[in-house]
Amino acid sequence: MLLVLVVFVSGQAYVNLTLPDYMSKIINDGIVGKDQSSIWLNGLQMLGLTLFGGLCAMAIGFIAARIATGYVHKLRSAVFMQVERFSLAEFNSFSSSSLTTRATNDMQQIQTVMAMVLRMAFLAPFMGVGSIIKAFQLAPSMSWIILASVGALVLMIVMLFFVAIPKFTIIQKLVDKLSLQTREMLTGIRVIRAYNNDHREQSKFDETNQQSINLNIFVNRVMMLMQPVMTLIMGLASMAVVWVGAYAISDGSLKVGNLLALMQYVMQTIMAFLMISFVFIMVPRAAVSGRRINEVLSVKPTISDPKKVKHLPKRINGKVEFKDVNFGYSGSKQLVLSGVSFVAEPGQTTAIIGGTGSGKSTLVNLIPRLYDVTSGSITIDGIDIRDIKQAELRQHIGYIPQKASLFSGTIKSNITYGSYDATDSDMQAAASTAQATEFISGLPEQFDSSVAQAGNNLSGGQKQRLSIARALAKKPEVYLFDDSFSALDFKTDAALRQALNQEITKATLIIVAQRISTIMQADKIIVLDDGQIVGVGTHQELIKTSKVYREIAESQLSAAELGEDK
Amino acid sequence: MEKKQPVSGGFRGPMGGMRGGTPEKPKNFKKTMKTILVYLRPYWVRLGFVAVAAIISTIFAIASPRILGNMTNEIIKGLMGHKGIDFGAIAGIGFWLIGLYIVSALFSYLQSWLMTTISQKITYAFRRDISHKISKLPLSYFSNHENGQVVSYVTNDVESISQNLNQGMTQIVTSLITIIGILAMMISISWEMTIIALLVLPVSMTLIGFVVKRSQRYYDAQQAALGEMDGHIEEMFSNHAIVKTYNGESRSIERFNDISHKLRSSGWKSQFLSGLMMPMMQFISNIGYVAVAVVGGWLAVNGRLGIGDIQAFIQYMNQFTQPISQTANIANVLQSTAAAAERIFAFLAEDEERSEHDSQPLPKQIKGEVVLDNVSFGYEPDKLIIKNFSAHIKPKQNIAIVGPTGAGKTTLVNLLMRFYDLDQGSILIDGVNIASVKRNEVRQLFGMVLQDTWLFEGTIADNIAYGRRHATRHEIVKAAKAAHADHFINTLPNGYDTVISETADGISAGEKQLLTIARAILADAPMLILDEATSSVDTRTEALIQSAMDKLSHGRTSFVIAHRLSTIRSADLILVMRDGNIVEQGTHDELLASHGYYAELYASQFTQV
Repeated sequence: MLLVLVVFVSGQAYVNLTLPDYMSKIINDGIVGKDQSSIWLNGLQMLGLTLFGGLCAMAIGFIAARIATGYVHKLRSAVFMQVERFSLAEFNSFSSSSLTTRATNDMQQIQTVMAMVLRMAFLAPFMGVGSIIKAFQLAPSMSWIILASVGALVLMIVMLFFVAIPKFTIIQKLVDKLSLQTREMLTGIRVIRAYNNDHREQSKFDETNQQSINLNIFVNRVMMLMQPVMTLIMGLASMAVVWVGAYAISDGSLKVGNLLALMQYVMQTIMAFLMISFVFIMVPRAAVSGRRINEVLSVKPTISDPKKVKHLPKRINGKVEFKDVNFGYSGSKQLVLSGVSFVAEPGQTTAIIGGTGSGKSTLVNLIPRLYDVTSGSITIDGIDIRDIKQAELRQHIGYIPQKASLFSGTIKSNITYGSYDATDSDMQAAASTAQATEFISGLPEQFDSSVAQAGNNLSGGQKQRLSIARALAKKPEVYLFDDSFSALDFKTDAALRQALNQEITKATLIIVAQRISTIMQADKIIVLDDGQIVGVGTHQELIKTSKVYREIAESQLSAAELGEDK
Repeated sequence: MEKKQPVSGGFRGPMGGMRGGTPEKPKNFKKTMKTILVYLRPYWVRLGFVAVAAIISTIFAIASPRILGNMTNEIIKGLMGHKGIDFGAIAGIGFWLIGLYIVSALFSYLQSWLMTTISQKITYAFRRDISHKISKLPLSYFSNHENGQVVSYVTNDVESISQNLNQGMTQIVTSLITIIGILAMMISISWEMTIIALLVLPVSMTLIGFVVKRSQRYYDAQQAALGEMDGHIEEMFSNHAIVKTYNGESRSIERFNDISHKLRSSGWKSQFLSGLMMPMMQFISNIGYVAVAVVGGWLAVNGRLGIGDIQAFIQYMNQFTQPISQTANIANVLQSTAAAAERIFAFLAEDEERSEHDSQPLPKQIKGEVVLDNVSFGYEPDKLIIKNFSAHIKPKQNIAIVGPTGAGKTTLVNLLMRFYDLDQGSILIDGVNIASVKRNEVRQLFGMVLQDTWLFEGTIADNIAYGRRHATRHEIVKAAKAAHADHFINTLPNGYDTVISETADGISAGEKQLLTIARAILADAPMLILDEATSSVDTRTEALIQSAMDKLSHGRTSFVIAHRLSTIRSADLILVMRDGNIVEQGTHDELLASHGYYAELYASQFTQV
């Protein structure tokens, strides 16, 4: 492709460089020589040449567009697939918004610059050098005009960008700051009004606003020098050609017609250098994007499928066992979990409770292999989960995260996200168990009602119920509730737990919770503190034996409700 | 050749001029333009200078090829007349020209210099007005509109207005003058050649129109695909854990590939077609060139035209296409400016909170007695949710507001703080109707700790002192200690001077809540509004929050959106809410005894599972 491109580029450059010859021939032979037929002949040849040049330019545009979009298409796919392979460890080392920018804005940046560079980067040197040579052949005495104007031009561009480019980043930062401050004014509106701080917010905004326009005025004033100075340089150059040309013509070393050709060459050289400086400005921008994308591509996903896979039966029992599990985030010396061992039996509820940073959520994330254990092992029905294909393992797990995350689509598409083959009655049953039927039937189109991106048209509690229904519709053998109940009020919470207990009798339930009332009835409660298990038992047992558990319970329930008098 | 546009502002790519899809159309172009003119009013005089400078610069620029042509004619004259070239005359013309070029460039720059100042000042005015408007709008506006929209007024819309003003305004003037001036010059050289040159115009216009139309279609398709792509990527990345645990990767990739293919096919077509413009224009202008050469040659042979004139004519022809395509683009520029401005003006015209000139002062010492007298309220005028509610709250009582999710517990908060006004009835604080008191003064009476802990970008100390600007460091630390926040603040790298930002999330949700409690403690208002909801707060921090809240509410009239039984049970008055309305009120024991909705709620909490 690139080779073909270069062929066309040289074609276009050839046309651009020879056209002025014909122009001068028309003048020299036709007009000055008073030869009408030579005008026609040269004119027709010129037209043919132009047509050829135009076709070359079209072909260049075609190839450049194909290469740029094709390349970016491939690159984007590669990045997207790479990210989809990421475990949470790699994913969180970038943050979701940063990855999104890399896959969207950075890609677009590269595509635009690439198409432009392909069109200009090859053509410009051909044209620049060619024009200078041509001009030199016609009138060596005039080379200095070209050199002087190009020199002046380059000097100006370099100076402008030396002054202005560092400021662009600052301007961008100020724009970000303006939008951040506006966002703050909006999200904090109650607090701002409650504390009567409108004026303070406004003066903060005003300050940024003022800074932003002052800087913009400065940068624009600098950048706007470009247009008039460029026009000036080109005007002076044309004039110089004629003026100096007068002497050459007078001593017979130049024909009148060649004046026009020379003017053309000067312009073409200037254009060529403009293009080159453009490329020099654009390429570093694209290079920054390229580096950011490369950072994503160069990460090696830490979790991949084993070479020798073990298969689970179609229906499993769902016994989950942690054997001396240690876990620490890569790059961090501190262990988040250490020496964790327990068994979660099918048909039972295993609850996990503990303070922030005690490692509850991390523990749950290890089971579907969102992270892999640092040492020790987790088994499901006795098979190490690292020996199973990730997709197969996850088929048996219903994971409900702390923050319900939904997809744009319909209620139905969200509930059946993990179970494409679920029937309508499966879906309705799941919704009903998740206590979602009531609000869904209140929606205009029930299960076909649309869900906005991130479920923004639903309340927190509604989203959480859908996210639970999504897990239920999958009918997995292992449920992981990562503090999924806290967005629900206590009435719904209780009704939901009751329904869950009736519906799910065989599966393994692992529940991370904040509210003691949510887990009081669990068959087994595991108390985590600082990544270690400090207590295992039922509510009644732990109240007596575990100090940590008792502390937590006391802050939430009164003595009577703790069940001490029972 | 196409002239490069200056990269002013630096945000719009260098290809910005030629590309672009179907422009957005404003609903009422005329009215919007008139309003823009109002913003421009302070700059009339300067705009006049801009116009004059633009006219001078353009006229000088138009004159120069003709004069340069005279220079060439002078050479020819010398050659033909066998007297040799008159270098004196040439030098004379040369110095003239140099002067002309310089003056033209100076005025052109003067014009940009003035215009950029004007457009930036208008940018400033727009942003200032938007930010003022935000503080004047009633809260109901923000619950019905997305924040992102308003942010986009401040950034994107204002930005596009300022860019267009900056370039568009002067372009209108210069393009028109250039077209007229060049036409006049061309006719003055030779009307025959002018006709030929003009004949080329419609051909090139239709061709360009054809390409623009097609490329616009693909450009729109490309933008649509791009939007879809961004949406998909954002959604998949923000739900990464769910996509993985529900084995959604292959489906996600499949959909990605679909969009990516669409994007690729519309993308290359759009890019190719917009790239066609330049070679096509060049081809057409070369046709014109040959035609002019032929006719001009014939005229020159007959002695009716000098070679310098032909040279000047060709230069004019080359300059002719740019202003024409610019004028063609001006309609689009004006339209997109108007569309952006229209959105901003619509926002600025939104109904504001009622003004409050005849307001009544509150007593200096507030005891904290609150009377709700026959209160009716609805977010939408025809849908009342609180109906004829009355309650009498004595100073320093603790009121618990309970009810299931979505029962409208924050409504009461909104009314007490006058975020919304009542439809009927009144709320009296120490006997004064709050509707007759300035909103600011009402709000000053309350300390507030909400569930969504709002902290702004700034230091921890600044955030705590948000309600009392001139608090000393000593007072801030004292408040933080009372809120149990001092300990964790001291573990942060910069202590009280640690900057809280959106991204650097070293502070947990519970800790943020402690900070807002410290803020309320420092504000030391006679009354309190607390939201106990502590989702995503770990149990130990929760205990700290609880203890801090208890301390804070002691000795103050406090309204607590309660989740904790202990709070509810010890409350002096419980307001039970359901579907927005307050359905029951009384103490815990009274309400249980009445076997109503509260009793039902209470029982459900302890159903045996």
